[in-house]
Amino acid sequence: MLNLNKEAKLAYTMLIPTISIVFLIILFPIFGNFWLSFKEVKLGDLRAPQPIIKEKLKTKDIKAGDDVLIEYRFKNSSQKKSIFNIEITDKISEFISPVEIAEGCSVNNNLLSCYFEEWKPKYNEKIIFKFKANDNFEIDNFNPKESKPRGVADADNILTNLKFSLKNFQKILQKNETIENIKVTFLYSFFATIGALLLGISAALLLEKNFLGKGFFRGLFLFPFVSPVIAVAFTWVYILDPFKGFLNNYLLNNEFISEPIFFLGLKKVNFLGFDFPFTLFIVILFESWRYFPLAFLFILARLQAIPKDLYEASDIDGATRIQQFFYITLPQLLGVISLLFILRFIWNFNKFEDIFLLTGGNAGTRTLTVQVYDEAFALSNMGTASSVAVLIFILLAIFVFIHQKIAPKDIEE
Amino acid sequence: MTNNIYQFFFIYLYSIITLFLLAVIGDFVSISIFLSKNIFIYKNIFLYSFLYAICFFAIRIIITNRVSNIFIFVISLALSYFFLINKEINAYQLLIIISVFIAFNLMLQKYFTAKNFSNFLFEVSFLKFLKTNSLIFFSFIIIFPFYLMFISSLKSQMVLLQNPTDLSIPFFYSISDFFSSYIAVITQYNFLNFAINSTIVSFVTVFVSLFFSIPGAYAVARLRFAGRSKISSSILVIYMVPAIVLVIPLYVIFSQLGFRNSLFSLMIVYPATTIPVALYMLQGYFKGIPYELEESALIDGCSRIGVILRITLPLSVPAILSVSLYVFMIAWNEFLFAFMFLDNQEYFTIPRGLYTQLDDQEVPRQYLMAGSVMITVPVLLLFFIFERYLVGGLTAGSVKG
Repeated sequence: MLNLNKEAKLAYTMLIPTISIVFLIILFPIFGNFWLSFKEVKLGDLRAPQPIIKEKLKTKDIKAGDDVLIEYRFKNSSQKKSIFNIEITDKISEFISPVEIAEGCSVNNNLLSCYFEEWKPKYNEKIIFKFKANDNFEIDNFNPKESKPRGVADADNILTNLKFSLKNFQKILQKNETIENIKVTFLYSFFATIGALLLGISAALLLEKNFLGKGFFRGLFLFPFVSPVIAVAFTWVYILDPFKGFLNNYLLNNEFISEPIFFLGLKKVNFLGFDFPFTLFIVILFESWRYFPLAFLFILARLQAIPKDLYEASDIDGATRIQQFFYITLPQLLGVISLLFILRFIWNFNKFEDIFLLTGGNAGTRTLTVQVYDEAFALSNMGTASSVAVLIFILLAIFVFIHQKIAPKDIEE
Repeated sequence: MTNNIYQFFFIYLYSIITLFLLAVIGDFVSISIFLSKNIFIYKNIFLYSFLYAICFFAIRIIITNRVSNIFIFVISLALSYFFLINKEINAYQLLIIISVFIAFNLMLQKYFTAKNFSNFLFEVSFLKFLKTNSLIFFSFIIIFPFYLMFISSLKSQMVLLQNPTDLSIPFFYSISDFFSSYIAVITQYNFLNFAINSTIVSFVTVFVSLFFSIPGAYAVARLRFAGRSKISSSILVIYMVPAIVLVIPLYVIFSQLGFRNSLFSLMIVYPATTIPVALYMLQGYFKGIPYELEESALIDGCSRIGVILRITLPLSVPAILSVSLYVFMIAWNEFLFAFMFLDNQEYFTIPRGLYTQLDDQEVPRQYLMAGSVMITVPVLLLFFIFERYLVGGLTAGSVKG
């Protein structure tokens, strides 16, 4: 009865806007990222070299029949690259006619057009064009700056040319820092995920049963997650501040410590003979604090879906509460926990803002995402930045692949 | 019997921890906030409660079950206080401790007087204590940063520097002093402008992403076409793409096209990143609407578009509301793209403005906290008003964070 073909057509029309915007803003940039990672692009290369032309009237008090000198200044905007096939056009006043103009230029119908083959880097020249004032010359209406000269040129744009090199990858892989950052990223993603899951499971178990004020607590527990990251990160930074912060002053006043602790600036603390990454630990705590609500919500929803007769049956068999937890609740939650683990792991792996705002990537907390930022804007090297991003992308693709293999059924729930 | 002793001991251990936590919270609430006093010596409270527990425990073992609990309670309280007679615990603080003790003894009584203190009862009591402690713990770790953010924003620079551990709300200020940081942030740091920018960007993002995702979601949920399953599975994959991978090429492309430093750039990027989420959430909801409703309308000669406008959309108002709220929050909270794309102050969104204008060692901290409160309050307000929808939306759409 329903026309299938028509239906499919309608479906495609409805999906086209979505697909195109996703393609433009997500898939195309991913491709662009790969493209950039094989190019040695610096931040300064983003502006393509172009011709700069300025004109200046050299003669004063012109009367009909006089020579009119106009100085044109030609300049290549780039200090490093040549530009080619420069075409310049400029409208000239109808009151003057050309007498002597530079080679390569001609005037047609009051239109000056010039053509140059190549301007070398740093090319900067002043050429004087000689015109003659016509008989109908009117000084009041004469204004050579009336129209701005325009120039177009071909430049070898590093962004679009087809030269590729592997130097970016070579550079980042040669840095000792990169390997260290990969390690930090893994530690951070893994433990922040575990922390968020543990807190989430405990919170969900707390609110499993109905009691007065449950709705309030459920709302409250979501606070860290829905609040803007910048506000909570700054608050944490303020609390942990070594001199002005609450925590250090509190501990000092209570004589728990004798001098302030730099919570966000201690790379390593010797703890029982091995180096404990202290600041990374604090950042992981922050991450667990901020993202446990997500785990909490999912696990709570799943907990409430567990059939109650399972518990009743085990009560009759004499199972204790702790046994019930380990033999009924936990196995029932395993699916959602594993799904959450992978999702959270991937998202933590992608996280940039949190670490950037807390420590700026200092004190042993530089993850790969922070490295991307540093390469691009601190070292002004877009090429190496995108090659780090490619590294992230490849590692992620592996996780997503695993995720797709492990948990396709759970998503449908 | 020995087994019971261990169990009692465990219960006491837990009661001590609860007590300690309650004392800390009680102190924050009562002493710091209302009396505006400085910190309280928790080491002593902990010692005190520990001594109390040991006394109670010892007497309990010596005197057996038959004596009234109140009697034991009084003796142990007296004994433990005797040990601490010269320590710095004032009457007010003792009052807190005693009231907490009474509450706990009432709770404990149930278990101690039970004839068979079985494993089951032990576990029930154990879990109960664990639960109370954890609720206190969770509430504390969540509320505390927000509370500190709020009160710091109300204080003057001098008070903040003199006494960073003071947690009281400065009620004695006049109204203009009370909000002086907020006024300064708005007048000196151009915050109103940032707020307007943020609002514009967020609303446009909500509108655009609904406009794109509603038809898309309907198509994925209802219509049969080749590649449907591929599209619905790739939505989630797209949603895993890290923003940091997109930001460098988008920076380059937008710089070349010349609209990097503008609100327009955010208005393109935000919807693109939220559309997959919105689409995923909506198609889940659309699938749940009974198809018979739409089918009967189709048979009656209504067109597809008519069905969507007259049946599907009115039925999915809660889902659309929750999606819009969720998208609004993402756009409102977003930092990375705003940070990378915007250079001019006139285009700053609140997170961008907060980062550049106020996160500076020379800017007083109370201004930074006032800015943080101003960005957090709208989100939390929205969240509280529409919590029911949002929680539904969050669980339905496996949220990006």
